[in-house]
Amino acid sequence: MSEKARLADLMAEKAGLVSAIVSRVKSLDEAYAYTLDICDKKEACQLLMAGCEAGLSAPADELCDGKPSKLIAAPGLAPDQAAALGALCQARSVHFIIQGLRQHLAGIDIGFTVAEAGIAETGTCVLDSKGEELRLATMICEVHICVVPVSTIRETSFEAEGLLRALCKDAPGYVAFITGASRTADIERVLAIGVHGPLELHILLLED
Amino acid sequence: MQNARDLKEYKGELSGALGNDFLRTAMDNFAMAYRVSRAKAFAGMDVEGLVQEIARGKDQAMAHMDELFEEFKQNAERMGITVHLAKTGQEANEIIGRIAEKAGVKRIVKSKSMTAEETLLNHHLEDLGLDVVETDLGEWIIQLRHEGPTHMVMPAIHLSRYQVADLFSDVTGVKQEGDIQKLVKVARRELRAKYVQADMGISGGNFAIAETGTIALCTNEGNARLVTTLPRVHVALVGLDKLTPTITDALRVIKALPRNATGQAITSYVTWITGPGECQASPDGKKEMHVVFLDNGRRALAKDPVFSQVLRCVRCGACANVCPVYRLVGGHQYGHIYIGAIGLILTYFYHGREKAKNLVQNCINCGACKAVCVGGIDLPRLIKEVHARIQDEEGHPLQSQLLGMVLKNRKMFHTLLRSARAVQKPVTGGTPYLRHLPMIFARGQDFRALPAIAEKAFRDQFESIKPKVSSPKYRVALFSGCVQDFVYPEQAVAAVKILAKHNVSVDYPMDQSCCGLPVQMMGEREASRSVAAQNVAAFDPAGCDYILTLCASCASHLKHGYPDILGPDSKADPKLAKRVQQFADRVIDFSSFVHDVLKVEPGEFRADGKKATYHAPCHLCRGLGVTEAPRELIHTGGLTYLPAEEEDVCCGFGGTYSMKFPELSAELLKKKLANVEKTGAELLLTDCPGCIMQLRGGLEAKGSGMQVQHVAEALAERLK
Ligand code: SF4
Ligand code: SF4
Repeated sequence: MSEKARLADLMAEKAGLVSAIVSRVKSLDEAYAYTLDICDKKEACQLLMAGCEAGLSAPADELCDGKPSKLIAAPGLAPDQAAALGALCQARSVHFIIQGLRQHLAGIDIGFTVAEAGIAETGTCVLDSKGEELRLATMICEVHICVVPVSTIRETSFEAEGLLRALCKDAPGYVAFITGASRTADIERVLAIGVHGPLELHILLLED
Repeated sequence: MQNARDLKEYKGELSGALGNDFLRTAMDNFAMAYRVSRAKAFAGMDVEGLVQEIARGKDQAMAHMDELFEEFKQNAERMGITVHLAKTGQEANEIIGRIAEKAGVKRIVKSKSMTAEETLLNHHLEDLGLDVVETDLGEWIIQLRHEGPTHMVMPAIHLSRYQVADLFSDVTGVKQEGDIQKLVKVARRELRAKYVQADMGISGGNFAIAETGTIALCTNEGNARLVTTLPRVHVALVGLDKLTPTITDALRVIKALPRNATGQAITSYVTWITGPGECQASPDGKKEMHVVFLDNGRRALAKDPVFSQVLRCVRCGACANVCPVYRLVGGHQYGHIYIGAIGLILTYFYHGREKAKNLVQNCINCGACKAVCVGGIDLPRLIKEVHARIQDEEGHPLQSQLLGMVLKNRKMFHTLLRSARAVQKPVTGGTPYLRHLPMIFARGQDFRALPAIAEKAFRDQFESIKPKVSSPKYRVALFSGCVQDFVYPEQAVAAVKILAKHNVSVDYPMDQSCCGLPVQMMGEREASRSVAAQNVAAFDPAGCDYILTLCASCASHLKHGYPDILGPDSKADPKLAKRVQQFADRVIDFSSFVHDVLKVEPGEFRADGKKATYHAPCHLCRGLGVTEAPRELIHTGGLTYLPAEEEDVCCGFGGTYSMKFPELSAELLKKKLANVEKTGAELLLTDCPGCIMQLRGGLEAKGSGMQVQHVAEALAERLK
C-alpha cells in the first residue's frame, strides 16, 4: 500500500472514531454532487433549525424565524468552483451563498469547505479560517462538509507544524483544527452533539 | 467555593456531600469510566516520556516568563493587539471593565476561562452594569445557578438533568423535560441569540505562543470560535503561566491534554488566533483585540524553588478525576475555584490561606493525582508543603505539636507505647482489638476495630530470632516501622523466617524510630526532619546491601521522602545529604526483595490453592511503582489469586488522616471491602501494616470471616 493510501485510511479510521462521516471522492464535482444529495436526502435541509422545535424564550425563538429556505454556503471556494456548486444548487432550488453569512446567524444547512491539510493520527481537518465568511460558515452550519485532498494528509500534528506556523505568521490569522462535530458532555457526562457548532461533520477524501 | 470558617464547619460540609446520593453515584460512575477511557487514549504511547518532555518544556518556559512575555507582547503589538499585564485579579477585572467602557460595550459573551473564574470577572462586569453570558454549556448552567465550578473541565458535573431542566424552564419560561439531548438543543438556541447581540467576546487561552503572538484555544463545543468571531471586541484573559515559547511546545501539550482530560485524542476544535482579523460587526471592518495577562502571584511562583512546578499545570482536571476523596465529596468541597489536587495548592497561592487552610488537610496522600498528572507535578508533596506553611504562619495545633514532640524523642515514644500496652487490658477484653475505647478516642471510629499493642514488641524479640548466618548471600538491615514493631511484630517475624531460609543476614538497628510520615502528614516539618535524621544515623548504609521494610508507606517515605527532606536541596547538613542518598538507594520493599532479589520459587512452598485477593497499597504501587512482584508472589506461594476491582484505589487508612476524617476514611474502606468481598476470596493479602490495620479492622467490625495478612505471612506459613 502506498504511503498516501495508508495515511488516507488512517485518517478515515480516526475521523470515524469521533463520528465524522468519511467518504472518498475522485473530483470536486463529485463532492458537489454529494453535498446536494445530503441536502436532498437528509433532514439537514429542513426549514427548522436544530433546537427550534423546543420551547424557547422569545428572543431565541425570534431568531428561528429568519431562515428563508434550504441554504448552502461555501465562502472559501475559488470563483469557478463556486460557480459550479452554485449552478447545481440552483438546479435543485437550494439557496447558495458565498458571503453575507451574518445575515443568517440563526443557522444555515450546509457549510462546504476545502481543508488545507488533514492530520491522520487524530482525523483532524486543518482549515485556514482567516476570512470571516468562511469561518462563520463552518460555525453556524448544521452540517459541515469538508473536502480533504489526500495529498495534504500527514500523519501527526507535528508534521503540520510548518504549515501552521506559516499560517500564523501571515497575520492576522485564524486557523482551525476541526475533529468531529461540536460536542459536549456537560450534563451528566452524557455525550451530546451539536451544542454550538455543526451537528455533523462529513469528510470527503479527495483523490488528487 | 470555600466559605467554611473552621475545620468543624468544613467537616459539616463534607458530611452533607456524603449524604448526596446523586453526587455519589455520578462521581463513582465518572471515576470508573475515566480510568478506562484514559487508558484507551494513551494506549501504545510512551506516556512517561511525554510527561517528562512536557515538564521540562514548561519548566524552561517558566524560568523565562518575563522574556516570553516581552516576546509575545512585541509580536502581538505589531499585529495590532493591545497587551495588558495585571498584577492582581482585581486589576485584570478593572482593565477589562475599562476596555468595555471605552468601546461602548453593553453585552458580553464568554467562553470558558478558569482564569476569569479566578478573578471573579463576571461579578465585576455585572457590577458595571454589563450583561455577561457564559456560553460553555456547563459554565452557563452554573452561572445561572450562581455557583462556582465543581470540576475544571466539567463545571456542572454535580448536577442532574432534572436540575438542569428546572433551570432551563425558568430561563425559557417554558416547561422543559429532563431529556439531555433536548436540553442541549435548547441551550444551542438560547445562546445563539446571545452571540448575535454581543459586542464583546471574552475567552481564556490554553496557550499564549510567544514566537507568533498566537492565542490557542482547545474546546469541544465550538463556543470559543463564536465568541472570538462574532462580537467586534475580543479580550483574551490568560495567566502568565500560559506563555509558551513555540508552536511545537503547544502541540506537545495538546498531544497529552485532551487525552488526560477526557480520554479524547484531541478536542473537537483547536483554534489558533493570531492578531485582530476581519470583523464585519466592526465599523472599520477589523476586530479590536486585547490580551490581558494575569500575574496574581505567578511571577513569584516561577521563582519559588519548591513550588514553581505548579505552573506546569495545563488544567486537564485529571488530578481530580482520580482522587478518591474528590470522588466522595465533589468539587465544591475539594477546591475553591481550582478543583482537585492542584486546586488544594493553587487556592493557597491565588486565594489565600483562609480559603486553603481546611482543604489542604483533606488529602490522604494516596499519590493517585501525581501518577496521572501530565505535568509530572509532585502534587501530594506540595499539598503537604502548603499545609506546613499554613501551620508555620498560623501556629501549630496542639495535637500535631504534641505528636511532633513525642516522635522526636524515640525513647519517650517507645516508653509511651509500652505503657499503653500495660493499661490497655480493660479495653481489649483479652482480644487483639481495642474494644471499649474511651469516648474521646472513639469518636467516629466505630467503622473499624482498632488493634491492641502487641504483647512483645519486635525489637524485644529480635535477638532471639536473628538468623545465624556465616557467609551471607546478602546483608539486610531491617526497618520495621512503628506498626510492625509494636502492633504486628508477627509480620516482621515472618519475613525474617524467609530471609533466614535464603541465607540472608539480618540486622535490626535498635535506634530506629517511626519513619516520620505521620508528622510530615500533619505539617510538622521540623519534627519530620529530626526523625528522618535520627533514622539515617541509626543505619549504616555502607554496612548492608539492602535496607528492607515491610511497610509500603515507610518504604516510599524512606526512599523518596528522605532525600527531599534531608537532601542537597534541603537546609540540612551537606554531609548528611550524601548519607541520605546512600540510605535511600538501599531501601527496598519486602515483595520486591523476595521476588526480584531472592527470586523465590514455587518449590519452596506448600501450595494449597487457597483463594486470595490483593490490595495494592498506594505507597507501593504508585509510591514505589511496584505492581507485579506481590501478585506473582501470591502464585509462587501456591495460592489462587483472584483480582479485585480497583485494587490500586486507597483503602482509606492514610495514617492520621483516618483519625481526622473518620467519615471519609470509613467510606473509602466500605468501597474497598465491597470490591474485595465480591471476589469470593478467603484471604486478603497486602504489603503494608497500615492498610492491614484498616482492612482487618473493617472486616472485624462487620463480622466478616475473611482473613487479612501481609504477603510475608502468607509466604512464611507455606514455607516447606
Ligand atoms: S494524594 Fe490522593 S487524596 Fe491527595 S489529592 Fe492526590 S489523589 Fe487526592
Ligand atoms: S495538576 Fe496535573 S493533573 Fe491536575 S489539572 Fe494540572 S496538569 Fe492536570
